[in-house]
Amino acid sequence: MRFVDEYRDAELGQVLAGEILATVEPGRHYKIMEVCGGHTHSIYKYGIDDLLPANVELVHGPGCPVCVIPMGRVDDGIALAREPSVILTCFGDMMRIPGSDGSFLDAKAEGADIRMVYSPLDALRIARENPDREVVFYAIGFETTAPSTALTLKRAKAEGIRNFSCMCSHVTIVPPLRALLDSPDLRLDGFIGPGHVSTVVGARPFEFIPASYDKPVVVAGFEPLDVLQSIHMILRQLVEDRCEVENQYARVVPYDGNVQALKVLSEVFELRPHFEWRGLGFISQSALRLSDAYADFDAEQRFAVPGVRVADPKACQCGEVLKGVIKPWECKVFGTACTPERPIGTCMVSPEGACAAYYNYGRFAREREVV
Amino acid sequence: MALEPAAAAPPSDREEKILGIIETARAKQAKFRDSHITMAHGAGGKATQSLIEGLFVPAFASQTLRAMGDAGAVSVDDLELALTTDSFVVKPIRFPGGSIGELAVNGTVNDLAMAGARPLALSLSLILEEGLASDDLRAEVEAIAHAAAVADVEIVAGDTKVVERGHADAMYVCTTGIGRRDPRARLSTDALRPGDRILVSGTIGEHGTAIMLARGDLGLDAEIESDTRSLWPAVDALLDAVGPSLRCLRDATRGGVASVLNELARASSVAMIVREADVPVTPEVGGASELLGIDPMYVANEGKLVAFVAPEAAADALAALRCVPGGEGAADIGEVKTEPPGMVLVATGFGGKRVMDQLVGDPLPRIC
Repeated sequence: MRFVDEYRDAELGQVLAGEILATVEPGRHYKIMEVCGGHTHSIYKYGIDDLLPANVELVHGPGCPVCVIPMGRVDDGIALAREPSVILTCFGDMMRIPGSDGSFLDAKAEGADIRMVYSPLDALRIARENPDREVVFYAIGFETTAPSTALTLKRAKAEGIRNFSCMCSHVTIVPPLRALLDSPDLRLDGFIGPGHVSTVVGARPFEFIPASYDKPVVVAGFEPLDVLQSIHMILRQLVEDRCEVENQYARVVPYDGNVQALKVLSEVFELRPHFEWRGLGFISQSALRLSDAYADFDAEQRFAVPGVRVADPKACQCGEVLKGVIKPWECKVFGTACTPERPIGTCMVSPEGACAAYYNYGRFAREREVV
Repeated sequence: MALEPAAAAPPSDREEKILGIIETARAKQAKFRDSHITMAHGAGGKATQSLIEGLFVPAFASQTLRAMGDAGAVSVDDLELALTTDSFVVKPIRFPGGSIGELAVNGTVNDLAMAGARPLALSLSLILEEGLASDDLRAEVEAIAHAAAVADVEIVAGDTKVVERGHADAMYVCTTGIGRRDPRARLSTDALRPGDRILVSGTIGEHGTAIMLARGDLGLDAEIESDTRSLWPAVDALLDAVGPSLRCLRDATRGGVASVLNELARASSVAMIVREADVPVTPEVGGASELLGIDPMYVANEGKLVAFVAPEAAADALAALRCVPGGEGAADIGEVKTEPPGMVLVATGFGGKRVMDQLVGDPLPRIC
């Protein structure tokens, strides 16, 4: 495929891997966090960590928008879906996320009308086709997916579609990063910046990371050469004692973001004072809700949503795993109470989460040899 | 590998203990503990496995069932037979490249073929929804008759039920097949040995992708047709060419090639390594998978088999496959290894390695 295969060239990959090996200082350990779940997926899919020297460690960050949804919000979605009049619509990867009493998939099996959509516009179409039902779009995602929700709401308003509403769990990227960076026990040397989010917000919002926290950031694309090159750029900053925001993904990410998308976001959404993140706790101004102009489309106002907070189990140490303070197996519940079949924390929920990956590939993850 | 990463520190006592707990949990027979049946139980991954190994097999206590073949072996005096059954609930019932009727014949014929049995006869059971257009039924009956003629099997018994509107989706088709086990075949799920080669009989992922696109809710359009066909000619050719060197055959239906490899790695307690760059995928299927965030290795096929062959016979087996219609794209995609047992690894086209695990449920499109 043109414009794709070029970024997957194995020979160039070996060249970059060689340059990375030549860049690192032996005896020094590097911990780099990829913030975005999309990067985690690429790293896993292409086996990128296999091409890195042993002293370069990748830490999977909080950027998987489905894994950070707290149990109480999943429960709220299920409660909505159980209303006989409601058709709940959501993205596919939300279906398996566990609440306190099962996932959307379980609720669907028990009779709730939950439908997977590929775009919020599909949810709006379902609303048009079912005028006697209430169609709720369970909106998740960072600034990457929020503009499409915003445009859908604008269209619903313009068309006067009354049986459509949105349960908004959109989150923003900067506050959780700041929360991570503020923790005194953080053990990270640099960040692979989230490319998809940056297409909307730009690279500029990450300037606080080098400025206030002295850590390099490289906004990166998602093809394997993008990721390797970004790691190389971060390592070079560290070795050369530089610290700045660099944009590896310049072919897609404008430094100042997508101004039009940001305008639509500010029109349709406003910041919530607080939002709870699974594994990270409450973070101020880290999520979006519908603005007053769109209050009529807010499912949380239209329906009696229970809104019960379900605390993360006390024993769960996802926060520390995310910060790189402990390894998955050092968590008190890892492998016993918390398993991929019955996950407790965010790191076990997504198959690419640090804990799930370690659980599944365990011993093999240490020594990647086949004989 | 060009790079020699420095050796990782040896695992600590606590880590060893945790790894031990995980390995014990993995080795245990799957338990069926779910309170309800979800779509995941039908998707061919871990949930399906828990249903089969945790509920069905223990309940029926059949040694033949325990072998987990695509068809069960039955012996009547000196006659070696194979018996299998399958239900077809595909939606939509007609899709590019085929329809439910053809699937119902080819699916069951292929399960017999994978057991090394020449398909002889089928029974046919239809569950029809009230209101189904007679023309649709007639078209499917003709499709069944045609597919049976092509596969050279006779439909010898049948049954029809009609259920109220809404209690079935247009039509469901169940077929049971009987075949005669070929004396040239020595196939078994636990026969794999380190060094064996892994062959696929052609490009993968076409059926599942064609169905996903035919449902129309992806808004994608591509010329992808289901690969449904009888695989007996391919099996016949393999048995002729390399008979005793053929270890095991599987048709890569639900759950795709990845699920077949995982099942057999477990059954034979071996590892496998797949060379991703050698796996044949058409540009259309590759492109659709890319857009949907789905790996074609997990997508269903209805006319492709995976063959495990002794290394010295691999070239002959590949040549034999390529001479059969539909097998032109056959390829050698990997090798059976010793360690780590029960695991399937992929050497990615980019030069790294990763684990190719069993599916947990249906493959779901990703947003992130």
